[in-house]
Amino acid sequence: MDIFEFYRKDRWPHVFCPGCGNGTVMNCFFRAFNEAGLSLDNTVFVGGIGCSSRVPLYINSDALHTTHGRAIAFATGLKLAKPGLKVVVFTGDGDLGAIGGNHFINGCRRNVDMTVICINNNIYGMTGGQASITTPHDFLSTTTPYGNKEYPFDLAEIAVAAGANYVARWTTRQVHELTKSMKSALQKKGFTLVEVVSQCPTNFGRRNKMADPSQMLEWFKANTVRRDKARIAELDHVDLNLAGQITVGEFVDRNRECFEELIGVEKHG
Amino acid sequence: MRIPPGEYFLQGNDACVEGAIASGVRFFAGYPITPSTEIAEGLAQRLKGKDGVFLQMEDEIACISAVIGASWGGAKAMTATSGPGFSLMQEAIGYAAMSETPVVLVNVMRGGPSTGQPTKASQGDVMQTKWGSHGDYQVIAFAPASVQEMFDLTVECFNYSEKYRVPAFLLSDAEVGHMRGLLRVPEKLKIIDRKEMGIRRTDEAYDVPDDLVKPFPVFGKGHKAIITGMTHTETGMIEPEDSKVHSDLVRRLSEKVLRNRKDINQWEMISEGSKTMIISYGSSALGPKEVATTDPNVGLLRLKSIWPLPEEPIAQAAKGAQRILVCEMNLGQLYFSIKRVAQDAGCKQVELLSKLGGEPPTPSEVRHKIRSMGAI
Repeated sequence: MDIFEFYRKDRWPHVFCPGCGNGTVMNCFFRAFNEAGLSLDNTVFVGGIGCSSRVPLYINSDALHTTHGRAIAFATGLKLAKPGLKVVVFTGDGDLGAIGGNHFINGCRRNVDMTVICINNNIYGMTGGQASITTPHDFLSTTTPYGNKEYPFDLAEIAVAAGANYVARWTTRQVHELTKSMKSALQKKGFTLVEVVSQCPTNFGRRNKMADPSQMLEWFKANTVRRDKARIAELDHVDLNLAGQITVGEFVDRNRECFEELIGVEKHG
Repeated sequence: MRIPPGEYFLQGNDACVEGAIASGVRFFAGYPITPSTEIAEGLAQRLKGKDGVFLQMEDEIACISAVIGASWGGAKAMTATSGPGFSLMQEAIGYAAMSETPVVLVNVMRGGPSTGQPTKASQGDVMQTKWGSHGDYQVIAFAPASVQEMFDLTVECFNYSEKYRVPAFLLSDAEVGHMRGLLRVPEKLKIIDRKEMGIRRTDEAYDVPDDLVKPFPVFGKGHKAIITGMTHTETGMIEPEDSKVHSDLVRRLSEKVLRNRKDINQWEMISEGSKTMIISYGSSALGPKEVATTDPNVGLLRLKSIWPLPEEPIAQAAKGAQRILVCEMNLGQLYFSIKRVAQDAGCKQVELLSKLGGEPPTPSEVRHKIRSMGAI
């Protein structure tokens, strides 16, 4: 299937800024979706609120654009009411890890079959660049004009600890690895998370001396550490993230039985 | 499987469970909270395997969100809670109104504000039910006063939420929820299902029929539906900055409930035309009902549905009345709405018997009050 068939062209022009990473993420996702042999007619895309959560509205399928932070809770109800559907959630760092943090960890724990794509741009982009729960320490934003004194969340590690079946993190620079992980996530049963560290040159880069999107991609390149290598070097990858570096790779790949199998709704969907 | 027809001795909350099952509920998400917990416990037992899904979520926000999600999967879906949980649900209630999602919420009211009186009854959430979420919208709410009505009006909540694609509320309270009494389950029940979108035309979901209720596109049927809480056109296009689109949408959402008021409203009238009329609802109508059935000079209008406000029977009750007493377990929430309608209909004296603390007004309190108003 041609990648452009995935878009609702009547919804263009889109709201994303020039240089935004969302296009790269969508492109990788469509390729992965295609390779996984899934059908758009049988898939519902769920989003919360934020730039990343607008993605479902541009995909040529059913879309549920919900309230801020609650996309996983909406998706849980939808999937259990109609288990035959494939459910994919597009969310961002604020939507997933701040206002939706409770639904995120409990979603991982409950392990309902859904794929969550979190586009983590380290900032609240849609509202104009406020610090988020993943803004690196000492970075600037409109609400941390003297540098961010808090330390960031590591969303992927949280998902591993909370029980997700598949967790991977890449940046928008590693498109091949990202596409491969998205495909694995889509094919895996249970709760799967692919976190994509993405560039927001408009609201994150501009305030942190990386106004050019390519500078942000260079930053990703210089600061990513493969999780397996970090482990070999006996470095705590959480510490790496706190120091402003980004651990990437497949974090976990396991086969806990998913919730709908356990409660027996699988069969009558 | 629904409860077989016959007579049962049940608790109010259990009757609500049976009403929901009889209506065809297939999804329930809840969070433990007194005094509504028995509804979750009952449905946990009843919804298993093929019969449906019971979920205990991490909080009430997740409950109502999951319920809305399930409704878009085509399931009749419901949640039950009380004051603090109801407050948490407000944002998603606005979402359900904006996205026109049929959902049923049971609020077994307890004393507020805040944690208040967890085990005691109140009617403090009447206005919150109507105005709790931001923006303008209309909802449908029923107020049961007996175990039987916990069953009957739960069925009505499902019917009207499906029919008009709006959130519908069963505004019960700790008194009715925990009351034990007789339930007669009829042989036949009138069950309404949502007007699902056919496959005649791909854009059928965008029609606006006379009753202002658009056909419902269930996900996974190739409709490519866009459901959003943002201001959207009839074709689902997001247009948050177009004032006409916003105005048309919000007016239609309100109008589809208000225009169908006659169809929705239910009430019970005793001794219509009395010089002294009492207007009440839910468990606070129990004391007044005893007064009205024993005193030939006192009439009662008991509202079974409270939103949209049943203006017609209120005006009817007020027409020949010299005085009206409104009984509520709050500081006067429905009172001012009733007063407006009653005074427009020509009744000058409209007073409030407000009872706080957890118990409904007793018959002697009601008699005392109407005596002080100049009756008897």
